[in-house]
Amino acid sequence: MADSKLTRSNRTGWLMSLPGFTLVALFIIVPFFFAFGLSMTNQRLVSPNPTKYVGLENYRQMLDIALVTLQPERDASGTVIRDDEGTIQYPRLRRLSRSDPAFERYKGMREWFGWQSGESHKAVVVRDPLFWIALRNTLLFVLVVAPVQGGIALGLALLVNQKLRGINAFRTIYFMPVVVSIVVVSLLWRFIYDGNDGLLNNLLDTLSFGAIPGVDWLGNPSTALGAIMAMSIWQAVGFHMVIWLSGLQTISPTLYEAADIEGASKWQAFRYVTWPGLRNTAVLVIIVITMQAFALFAQIDVMTNGGPLDSTQSLVFQAVERGYGKQDISGGSVISVVLFVLVLAISLVQRWLTRDRQN
Amino acid sequence: MATLSMSGLTKRFGDIEVIRGVDIDIADGEFVVFVGPSGCGKSTLLRMIAGLEDISGGELRIDDHLVNDMQPRDRGIAMVFQTYAIFPHMSVRENLGFGLTIAKVPKAEKEQRVMQAARILQMEHLLDRRPSQLSGGQRQRVAIGRAIVREPSVFLFDEPLSNLDAALRMDMRMEIGKLHEQLGATMIYVTHDQVEAMTLADRIVVIKDGIVQQVGAPMELYHQPANRFVAGFIGSPSMNFLPVEVQSVDHDSALVASTSLDAVRVPMRVEPLKSGDQALLGLRPQYLVPTNEQDAGQLHGTLSLVERLGSETVVDVNTRENTRLVAAIADDRTFETGTEIAFTFDPNRAHLFSAAGDGALNK
Repeated sequence: MADSKLTRSNRTGWLMSLPGFTLVALFIIVPFFFAFGLSMTNQRLVSPNPTKYVGLENYRQMLDIALVTLQPERDASGTVIRDDEGTIQYPRLRRLSRSDPAFERYKGMREWFGWQSGESHKAVVVRDPLFWIALRNTLLFVLVVAPVQGGIALGLALLVNQKLRGINAFRTIYFMPVVVSIVVVSLLWRFIYDGNDGLLNNLLDTLSFGAIPGVDWLGNPSTALGAIMAMSIWQAVGFHMVIWLSGLQTISPTLYEAADIEGASKWQAFRYVTWPGLRNTAVLVIIVITMQAFALFAQIDVMTNGGPLDSTQSLVFQAVERGYGKQDISGGSVISVVLFVLVLAISLVQRWLTRDRQN
Repeated sequence: MATLSMSGLTKRFGDIEVIRGVDIDIADGEFVVFVGPSGCGKSTLLRMIAGLEDISGGELRIDDHLVNDMQPRDRGIAMVFQTYAIFPHMSVRENLGFGLTIAKVPKAEKEQRVMQAARILQMEHLLDRRPSQLSGGQRQRVAIGRAIVREPSVFLFDEPLSNLDAALRMDMRMEIGKLHEQLGATMIYVTHDQVEAMTLADRIVVIKDGIVQQVGAPMELYHQPANRFVAGFIGSPSMNFLPVEVQSVDHDSALVASTSLDAVRVPMRVEPLKSGDQALLGLRPQYLVPTNEQDAGQLHGTLSLVERLGSETVVDVNTRENTRLVAAIADDRTFETGTEIAFTFDPNRAHLFSAAGDGALNK
């Protein structure tokens, strides 16, 4: 067997891996470089005009952000104009950028958010608000999902790591949502979150004897993103539980016995034996969750389409929306590249923060 | 410092009884070794003392306090494991002081006790290293150090040297012996290696199938084994058992013979036998003396293998009824395989056992 031509011939090996390599190249490697290239053009999906190289113009458009200070409107005597409710009146940015040369740079930009500072108004203005909202939502999603999902997964792993009768049933149950397609899960959770007769509302209603009013979880800008976070955490928590579990099982039971004899409590055993023993697993889990969370798309696409009021826009959803919905391939590519750089940077920072300081 | 007493100690895993009624009293400062073949329950017994295994029946007392249901940390014991069980992410210093960190002992006192243990084991220069930077022997030293820092009333060792290579094992064995002298603490040591048992122990407990076969000083076990199992287990190479027939019986001795053994009167210490019984004559390889004159010998056979070790020569002999016999002859001697050989021995150093059963104490 070991001498068969199949295992010895180098050419056969390459030939056999060719289909796989071709597919990977065609659908992952080539598009990756395409994205870089297209992001510096004005390419559209279907267009009669020839493609033009525009350099970093797309990036400038999308990433343009500035802080402007607006002075209150004053009457002839110099007093601040207030409306009937006493709110200070400010000039409109659009008018300023047309009339005032100092504000010309902000032409076409819109206020993303702002706040009051003394008498003046500070505003963060951006050229592409949708991108910035998607970025904020995605970062928020990652910031909540990564620690919560990782933490719950660790808790579950500790629970199912005990030698109990029927423990495999629990492991299976917790792992089950991972096996189900995220699209199917999202569809099902749409029913759960339904505002009129959803399972969640019914449950809350019954448990509180009607004290908690029904909420349209996905239709309300203040709850939609949270609802999607909760569902996403539930769906993939089993996967990370299994990774934690494999890490837990590499820790020698003798270490726990030694800790027990030395007088360590359950918490101290976790603190001094379990947690240090899980360090490599923790790095893996955190990086994997972060990368998965940044790729948030299917849930949004199935459940909310970015709404209501853009409260669930995500970067990947925007990339797809622009590239295919609006046929703006270069716009979608720019988001993809920015997302790539962002995830790469965060992963590198995480690896640096969790590096092995021992050696 | 403490005494320890076990009475009627049993351990069951489901229907299987692995420790079947153990009664041992251990004096303050005594070094006791549990020895037996693998699977005999010696480690389980030690883990019961440590509190890592529940006690199914009987009583375990440390310093006259019943500790059956006490947590390991409250029993005043320290344990050294075969696999060292030192914490891989902590430095040697942190490992040594782990118990004190847990108990929130003030820093100065912790440092002082850690230094003292390090001094006893001569490893002050290793304190800032990580376990991954240590050799097997050094790791086990750290584990022993951690036990010392606890200042326990009883030290428990679970085959501490089994993972070390032969040369290191001998060094560490001597160190543990010295440590016992220096600390004077009560120590219980589990091993399957009878050399460790013989050299270290004040008293040896021989265990087989969860039953104590014999408790006694090393030389007592060697010279007066209580049964055939102990006789065969203690001593290296192990004792020869020659099938013989009992020809006549006095009140404390018997006349035995076989095809290859001329009739000889040997003391009957262990079991009462009667004339006509089949028996086994136990002869230690070291006590067989070869003789050049065939007529002078008592035991006859053919040489089948000669191993020269320098300090002694070990020969394999096929007796006339074709049982295998090993003799360890002092000094370097030359023999030729295939030749006839005869041995003499001191009848008072022979042991007579019944041929029935497996030779061990059973319940």
